[in-house]
Amino acid sequence: MEILAALIYITVFPGFLFLASYGTALQWADRKISAVMQNRVGPPWYQTLADFIKLASKEIVVPDGADIALFKALPYVAVASVSTAVLFLPVFGAPVYSFQGDLIAVIYLLTIPTATFFLAGWSSTSPYASVGSIRVMTQLFGYEVPLLLALVGPAILAGSWSVAEISAYFSANPKMIFFQIIGFAVSLLALQGKLERVPFDSPHAKNEIVGGQFTEYSGMLLALFNLSIDMEMVVGAALISAVFLGGTWQYSSFAAFAVFMVKTFAVVFLLTAIKAAMARVRIDQMVNFCWKYLAPLSMLQIIIDLYIKYGVK
Amino acid sequence: MAKITIPLGPQHPALKEPENFMLVLDGEQICDATVNLGYNHRGVEKAAENRNYIQDIYLIERVCGICSHSHVSCYIGCVEEIAKAQVPDRAKAIRTLIAELERVHSHLLWLGVAAYEMGFETMFMYTWRDREQVLDCLEMITGNRVHYGINTIGGVRRDINAEQAKEVLSKIAFLEERTKYYVKLATEEPTILARTQNVGKLPNKVALERNAVGPTARASGVKMDIRKDEPYFIYDKLDFELITYHSEDVFGRVVVRVLELVESYKIIRQVLSALPEGPIAVKVPWKIPQGEAVFRYEAPRGEDIHYVKSNGTEIPERVKVRAPTLSNFQSIPYMLKGDYLADVPITIAAIDPCMSCTDRAVVYDAKKGKTQVFDWEELRKYSIEFYKKKGVNFSGK
Repeated sequence: MEILAALIYITVFPGFLFLASYGTALQWADRKISAVMQNRVGPPWYQTLADFIKLASKEIVVPDGADIALFKALPYVAVASVSTAVLFLPVFGAPVYSFQGDLIAVIYLLTIPTATFFLAGWSSTSPYASVGSIRVMTQLFGYEVPLLLALVGPAILAGSWSVAEISAYFSANPKMIFFQIIGFAVSLLALQGKLERVPFDSPHAKNEIVGGQFTEYSGMLLALFNLSIDMEMVVGAALISAVFLGGTWQYSSFAAFAVFMVKTFAVVFLLTAIKAAMARVRIDQMVNFCWKYLAPLSMLQIIIDLYIKYGVK
Repeated sequence: MAKITIPLGPQHPALKEPENFMLVLDGEQICDATVNLGYNHRGVEKAAENRNYIQDIYLIERVCGICSHSHVSCYIGCVEEIAKAQVPDRAKAIRTLIAELERVHSHLLWLGVAAYEMGFETMFMYTWRDREQVLDCLEMITGNRVHYGINTIGGVRRDINAEQAKEVLSKIAFLEERTKYYVKLATEEPTILARTQNVGKLPNKVALERNAVGPTARASGVKMDIRKDEPYFIYDKLDFELITYHSEDVFGRVVVRVLELVESYKIIRQVLSALPEGPIAVKVPWKIPQGEAVFRYEAPRGEDIHYVKSNGTEIPERVKVRAPTLSNFQSIPYMLKGDYLADVPITIAAIDPCMSCTDRAVVYDAKKGKTQVFDWEELRKYSIEFYKKKGVNFSGK
């Protein structure tokens, strides 16, 4: 029975079905808001859904020389790992599963899609895809460490490695949120890198390497990859809101869900604003920026948190 | 890591027109680059030899969709010189006005394209929205947004009245405000600086060697502008600065273009405030006397040169077009070498290339390694044979 329940959690709520529909809605919001910021009209509300259906109805072309099984399996792995990651985050009240160290598990599960992006490009055997997948990997080494370091600060303050306990701590001490601004900003930028959005979208910069790692993908497989990125945006926003903003404020059921929606939307709005305000940076500049500025800033956040925890009596 | 060769084009999202750049990459860095022309040859020069001088105006106008006034003014300059036509001052002033409005529209368009190649879509949308204002001005004065059709041999075809002048001035005032914002954005926004500074380096000496023209040359500190060097129209009576910059990179090209926008606004104001009275055109006979002429013109992209040879009939013997991009293409391989793959789109865009204006074709036999020149009859025969093999008969027999 327990396995069946877990499967329903992963596939229906808060897993795949919920993430896919909310992710698609957020993608539309992202596109619409950036359109308004750029003085455009933007797509109608059903555009993202229509994109998905249209892509899904197209033929799947596997390039010669690609490993067919790997090529076809990768999008499903990406979607599955994102659907699993959300189980450890507060959505409808407390997380479905929770244990000491689930923060690390979420980060780990969110790294799997990036690994599949790399493999997708690498197994496509086309020059554009190869360059794109190298950039995916290079970028991963840029943002992953600052992201993890930024998430360590709140964990130290709460004295726990569990996402549920960290958000419980911030719900109990809301004023502590204001001391996490540096870490919050760092994790937002790192998340932007993880989601491969402007200014860190060089892995699939269309003016340079056409479709990047996804150049050879088509049809349903590409639709699933796109969907996995949308879902990752929800999970990433939920992770940031759980770790830095107190998650669902210890509410339960629908009140908690409303808080979840508001907070994830707010995070996505910030991500959209970053996207609209900048140009794309080069991959070497991106790595430089992450190690020169983001990593030291997240260290600073850790020092501040250590001081608050042990220094202030 | 092994070196890989990546083709950029002829079909590629970074290119607006088909052209091919073969890039040899060592990781992300470019070791070598070659430019291959010839995907978009239209045979305009040959077509011009089959039409009369008036028809050629409209043909030459379609050499370029952005600097259409430049090409046609350049061609007409040649014809008027051969015919020794005395163009009225008012016509010259109107031509200058259209030329500067066109420069504004071209530079705003370029700014948007450059922002897009850097992945800065917001700036792309903003500049193209503001560009509509100047397109509206052009439409109001000439009746057309892109191919103005205002020039004719001996003058211009439409006059400008006081209301139109007032409208243009008010739109220019708006654009000037917006341009101030773009100057600030282009010189202060950190991601733009990161993407443009020290990218696509073209030292002053190399720019001269490789015959760079226009804003590309001026950004390398070369003081050249046909409007100053060899004034045509009424440019010798106008007060404006020759903008140069010393940074020799893409950033310099951005700065030169946005500052040239400001100069263009100055010129437009001066022209409109002192518009000479009088007729707008003189009659020029259909048959142009024998002779030849060369005209140099500062198009938004650089020096445009036309050569016209007349044999005393109403049809020109030879029309030769040297678009600025042909000159600037020589610098591209030099600029790309040592840069990153990510810099390729913006480096190519920084010369403001106009591929189809510049395109030339030559028949090259790869097996023999020889180039061959076809004359008109041979080419016609070749094309008929080529299509016959595919089952289409164009010979009419």
